[in-house]
Amino acid sequence: MTTDVKIVEAPDGYQGSGFFATSFDKVVGLARSHSLWPLPFATSCCGIEFMSTMAARYDLARFGSERPSFSPRQADMLLVAGTIAKKMAPVLKQVYLQMAEPRWVIAIGACASSGGIFDTYSVLQGIDRVIPVDVYVPGCPPRPEQILEGILQVRELTHNESLRRRNSSEYQALLASYNIQ
Amino acid sequence: MTETSVAPQNNADLAKGDQVQYVNELTTLNLGPTHPATHGIFQNILTMDGEKIVAGEQTVGYIHRAFEKIAERRPFYQITTLTDRMNYCSSPINNFGWHMTVEKLLSIEVPKRAQYIRVILMELARIADHIICNGILGVDTGAFTGFLYVYEKREEIYEIYEEICGARLTTNMGRVGGMERDLNSTAINKINEFLKSFPPVLKEFERLFNRNRIFMDRTIGVGGISAERAMSYGFTGPNLRAAGVDYDVRVMSPYSSYEDFEFDIPVGQHGDTYDRFMVRNEEMWQSLRIIEQAMKNLPEGPYYADAPEFYLPPKQEVYRNMEALIYHFKIVMGEIDAPIGEVYHAVEGGNGELGFYLISDGGRTPYRLHFRRPCFIYYQAYPEMCVGSTISDAIVTMSSLNVIAGELDA
Amino acid sequence: MFVNDLLGLPTEFITTTPLIHMLTNQSVAEEIVKKFGDDVFDFEEPFGMLTFTTTREQIIPLLEYLKSHPQFNINFLTDITAIHYPDALGQEFCVVYHTHSFINNFRIRIKVYLPDADVHIPTAVGLWASANWMERETFDLFGIIFDGHPNLKRILNMEEMDYHPMRKEYPLEDPTRQDKIDALFGR
Repeated sequence: MTTDVKIVEAPDGYQGSGFFATSFDKVVGLARSHSLWPLPFATSCCGIEFMSTMAARYDLARFGSERPSFSPRQADMLLVAGTIAKKMAPVLKQVYLQMAEPRWVIAIGACASSGGIFDTYSVLQGIDRVIPVDVYVPGCPPRPEQILEGILQVRELTHNESLRRRNSSEYQALLASYNIQ
Repeated sequence: MTETSVAPQNNADLAKGDQVQYVNELTTLNLGPTHPATHGIFQNILTMDGEKIVAGEQTVGYIHRAFEKIAERRPFYQITTLTDRMNYCSSPINNFGWHMTVEKLLSIEVPKRAQYIRVILMELARIADHIICNGILGVDTGAFTGFLYVYEKREEIYEIYEEICGARLTTNMGRVGGMERDLNSTAINKINEFLKSFPPVLKEFERLFNRNRIFMDRTIGVGGISAERAMSYGFTGPNLRAAGVDYDVRVMSPYSSYEDFEFDIPVGQHGDTYDRFMVRNEEMWQSLRIIEQAMKNLPEGPYYADAPEFYLPPKQEVYRNMEALIYHFKIVMGEIDAPIGEVYHAVEGGNGELGFYLISDGGRTPYRLHFRRPCFIYYQAYPEMCVGSTISDAIVTMSSLNVIAGELDA
Repeated sequence: MFVNDLLGLPTEFITTTPLIHMLTNQSVAEEIVKKFGDDVFDFEEPFGMLTFTTTREQIIPLLEYLKSHPQFNINFLTDITAIHYPDALGQEFCVVYHTHSFINNFRIRIKVYLPDADVHIPTAVGLWASANWMERETFDLFGIIFDGHPNLKRILNMEEMDYHPMRKEYPLEDPTRQDKIDALFGR
């Protein structure tokens, strides 16, 4: 019986009868990139577009994000969709701190990326002021296709990330610059 | 319940080893601001006695974006973008509500065709709003299927929006003085198609829930509010109608030719979650009725008013006609002053009476603009509605109130 | 249940449609003046809505009167908000009440002017539960103090905020932005 199920391509490695050898980095990257559990941190308009992304037509589950993890402990990527007010900033940081490494962050929409049209006293001017961000998705709000593209970009990152990256001094310095231990 | 609780006063009490009686010990539960069941960000600090809620207090403002302050710095046509982001589930209603407020201030008479197009779009937006609320209510009671099924139809409403203004969610639709463009043939076809394809889906959605034993048990008698309390708390819209008061802005003070259409105002009896669900469902049917009538009787004629000082001229004119170019420049640069005046205009938003209180001092921007946001006003009744129920009922109650954080926090 | 039913009107008045335009601005204004005399003034009707000004001493008795009046039945508080007029000496703040009678479909707008030095006004929470958050919002954004309010604290902004942002003298923009200070292309 033929099926349409696609099997991912194996990474480069040595192959012989009954064995296949490759680097651990590549295997882990491959596994991670096909099972990214999102933590939707939806606050406003972009959250509705994120709902569209999860719903039947755009179907985020195609990319290994079948299960939106509402617990930060079990999530791989934090999707910050919507305006983050200054009142909300400590909560966002708390959620980020509760996530286990490795963790990736997508800033969905103009507000999360830079404050957007809300250059006001009450709005945080971009979430990168409190937590490090991996991918920015522009748009006010971005279309579901754009959100999917952002998630695919994170997949690229996870796929190619070295296992030692999170222990590197650069990464530690990055976290230290956000006062995260 | 509070009186009977005896809890250890401090660690010293415990250390003494006295027999401390634990009777109805109260716990504090922090629901939100990022709890997945809150659909938006507001915090509820609930005092619980076991699984019963004894008291609750909300904290809001987690997405306060200072709309009213921004509005004081923007020319009138730029404020439309702010209204989009208030109740983002039904942006066109906010857009047109704002346009009608300005038109009232400027005393512009909008042609019938534009009014009908507005009605069609506002009713589509109402359907889109109610789909979200009722779909999510299903999710919260454990039925994800209904949500996925009707959400597909919501995408079709988005397609209609896209045909008219190019955007899906933050539509920024229409202009002060009418519509930005006429309905094209694709849009008309898509609306007609929607009118045909949505009723069977809605019927199936209703079949899934209306007489579903589990759903009825979860929602009947949950989160009820009497008509008196609802009015005291400033409820409007479907939530007030579910409590039995037939107040609808579309009927009480008709705007945009709503008086031309025949439709019913559904009312509930008990003001509970089930009634709210049923009222919203019925309103979707009524919205379809209105759209059908408007499509059938869509008048011919211009789609914008003759108000060159405020309505951006068509682009072709701007390139060829000196006068149009001057008006275009003046409007875009915000050089045209509005008359002095004070206007309150209300429309029936997805959640109730959405009011715009505009004070113009004759400048290019409003002197003060206040939004009467229905969510903000009725959400304060939430603790009263869920005291005495369980935490799962509180979630369902919140879901059926359809509190939109963007509208709540301005 | 109809609105009439709810408010205990005689059964012969029960109707599915509200009795639209039973009251006129003129008749209501005359009645109010008869009762409150010099404490109500500056009657206007911008775009058809009856608008007048009263004093802070009379605002609650006035709202109470309108609410309990057998004919007016102003039974719904639509909105409370404030306006800041920094240049109007002695009348810097204006608290605006929008009220509505569902039975007569009649709206009244009432204003109370307050001087900057003394921004106290009694609360309307005793009349309508919805006044609670409306007043908290007005306090948060304008610093109007509603005497007798059960829980008058900030609602939208952070507790730590030390000013009332909707007052005209405070800036809109976020002060921490460094990328918008360009002389030509900045704000």
